Amino acid sequence: MKRRDFLVNSVSAGLVTGAAVGFGDVASLAAATLQVKNDWDLVAVRDGEPEVMFDRAIASLGGMSKYVKKGQKVVVKPNIGWDVSPERAGNTNPKLVGRIVKHCLDAGASEVYVFDNTCDAWNLCYKNSGIEKAVKDNGGKIVPGNTESYYKAIQIPKGKSLKDAKVHELILNSDVFINVPVLKHHSSASVSLAMKNLMGIVWDRRYWHRNDLHQCIADLVTWRKPTLNVIDGYRVMMRNGPRGVSEADVVTMKQLIVSADIVAADAAAALIFGSKPEDIPHIRIAHEMKLGNMQLDKLKINRIKI
Amino acid sequence: MHKLYWLRLLRIGVSVFFLILTSLIFLDPAQWIPQWVTSAVVWPQFTPSVLKFTVSAGLVAAGFILFTLLAFLFGRVYCSSVCPIGTLQDVISWLRKRLFKQKPLKYAPPQNLLRYLLLALVVISFIFGTSLLVNLLDPYSNFGRIMSNLVRPVFLAGGNGLATLLEKYDIFWMPKSSFKAFDATSIGFASGFILLISWMSFVRGRLFCNTICPVGSLLGLFSRFSIFKISLDKVACNSCGHCSKVCKAQCIDVKSKEVDFSRCIACYNCLDACPSDGVLLSLKRDPHLLISEHGNSDQNKDRRTILKAVMLISAFVSARAFATRVTGGEKPTEIPEDKNNFASPPGSFGHDHFNKNCTACHLCISVCPTHVLQPSFLQYGMHGLMQPYMDYHSGFCNFDCTLCSDICPTGAILPILPEKKKLEQIGIAKFIEKNCVVYTDNTDCGACSEHCPTKAVDMVPYKDGLTIPLVDEKICIGCGACEYACPTKPYRAIFVEGNLLHIQAEVPVHEEIIIEKTEEDFPF
Repeated sequence: MKRRDFLVNSVSAGLVTGAAVGFGDVASLAAATLQVKNDWDLVAVRDGEPEVMFDRAIASLGGMSKYVKKGQKVVVKPNIGWDVSPERAGNTNPKLVGRIVKHCLDAGASEVYVFDNTCDAWNLCYKNSGIEKAVKDNGGKIVPGNTESYYKAIQIPKGKSLKDAKVHELILNSDVFINVPVLKHHSSASVSLAMKNLMGIVWDRRYWHRNDLHQCIADLVTWRKPTLNVIDGYRVMMRNGPRGVSEADVVTMKQLIVSADIVAADAAAALIFGSKPEDIPHIRIAHEMKLGNMQLDKLKINRIKI
Repeated sequence: MHKLYWLRLLRIGVSVFFLILTSLIFLDPAQWIPQWVTSAVVWPQFTPSVLKFTVSAGLVAAGFILFTLLAFLFGRVYCSSVCPIGTLQDVISWLRKRLFKQKPLKYAPPQNLLRYLLLALVVISFIFGTSLLVNLLDPYSNFGRIMSNLVRPVFLAGGNGLATLLEKYDIFWMPKSSFKAFDATSIGFASGFILLISWMSFVRGRLFCNTICPVGSLLGLFSRFSIFKISLDKVACNSCGHCSKVCKAQCIDVKSKEVDFSRCIACYNCLDACPSDGVLLSLKRDPHLLISEHGNSDQNKDRRTILKAVMLISAFVSARAFATRVTGGEKPTEIPEDKNNFASPPGSFGHDHFNKNCTACHLCISVCPTHVLQPSFLQYGMHGLMQPYMDYHSGFCNFDCTLCSDICPTGAILPILPEKKKLEQIGIAKFIEKNCVVYTDNTDCGACSEHCPTKAVDMVPYKDGLTIPLVDEKICIGCGACEYACPTKPYRAIFVEGNLLHIQAEVPVHEEIIIEKTEEDFPF
């Protein structure tokens, strides 16, 4: 382990447990390091429970208050696409979603909304994914996205294949946009990650499938980048994605990626999955369109093991 | 006051209660009403319960036995308590009385030839294998179609308005719903039916129940032998005619002091109206009982030509096939989907069983969370008119959902365990490579495989690093997720050919994932 990592990890842990005082010299030294070095491009955490991994990640990025200001409206977009249980890993882990909602509210958010344009029947997805309950338990609002009337037309001037789309009004009306995909295998897009998850904020997905799917995925990012991307790699569907056939498709990996750079986040998650970022067409296209950086060796990455 | 005046109040209470509940189960926007409530509400409905009894005899299908017994005891109790069309007509008659000054009703002679002829036709046609006449005339099923096709869209539109309003105040508990079941046949028939009964009940009370309704005619046959009958006391009755004026069935002849009890719908208005205790509800025994039986027969028809014509027509007529698809610069697909049979819902065994037992009440259409069940036109042929079919342009069958089978009141769709349902093959996916985006555009798509719950549609290597769908028919269950998701137009690149007889698909087998030794570090 590198010295810097050690220091920062210690500080992160300290911040979480509230025991930073006890560290004495190390803590003050680390605090100084933190001031200079906490502008991480990406945080990767592994081997913890979903809530714990997110606590550590967000602390190392300076806390949720760095992204959410008092009185702001936040929209959290997990993957709630399928009517499957959390163990099937077809949707984002409900514990992670609930924890993010809580952090946003603790940071002073006036409202935290959660929605998805689901593939299976929306009310069954919301319920059986466990996300509806997790959001409500943590004080957030779960919002439907099942009819076209929730979606408003936008222009995408920098898009190549996707020039316009209809986007859920919450994305347009919220100050902060937190994108929370689950890392999984995907039959169309190879791997489903942060950029792919944004298909769930638009109404007509068939257009994307007809008009160069990977280009469309990258095009939407030119319109708006999420404030923060949190990729859930706690349980990972290794095949038969994105819906999965049974729990046999799932491997518990206990990983989490957090980054404001959506391309970097996807590149890191792709590597965890076992794919090369440049082999995933939409990651490569987005990198070439300068929407983010898939060359992780050029980035400041905080690696945390729990 | 008549000592049995409370019978009328009881009848009003029960009928209004059932009318409201029966309406609500068809209007529920998002499966809020628990399934057991829905099942309980439809349990007493006569025709569905008879049909269900023929396929699975038991308490769940005993509603008609209760009302048959009641008919032999007290007459046509069904017609004035749980029959929603009966109560609906009463509401119309009541409005007439309130809003329009018209002459009160008076005795009219029975239309025995008409009503028993219709009843005979219904029974005979059913025995010979078609439930079409039952569907067209059954009161509960007609009520269902009125609710599902006419009232539900208005109700949902109102709900959506309310949802939009609440949204402004940041309240989201009321979901918006889309209504997809715009089917001209069903809407037309339901409209025609409500106009007919409105007119009939407006001018002649329960005329429908005593001329056209097969349930009314059948129960009327039974009630000729009722133990307790309404009659006029030859001594106490002074032929004042009060009872006759309030008799919705127009069956009290005060001149001859006779009551045609086969037409009495047990509303008990007369008991309440009689000023001199001249109307009696009294014991009259009759040894002659009549039992009607239903048989089974199979029928097999070649409906290819009709189906193709239907598909062509619907391709032109159905605006919704195109409405949901925003046009892009892409080329239209050229090869029509060669669908010979539409699929019937899981739990229905196949077309024959389903067509024979479904009365097209559209309850399943109303509760289906994915809108895959839609009213048919001629998708099953004429004998299946308005019965629901799996419309994969409207939705697809949710893998874990068995709601339609749980609530079907007629046994056309029988309860099926989720684990069995997940293997019931109601159709098979067919891939048309030359329509596929991967073939035509050389880009990735895979929407069909994404949605496939068994991965019967899998993406296999094609060329230039692309993948293309391949169907494993053995594990395909025909849920239609692939057809629904396929983005090509006007013809899809994958569609489900319905199975006339449902069979069991094989269980998808996947090897265990061998996890390589977990890396201690990050791969970057």
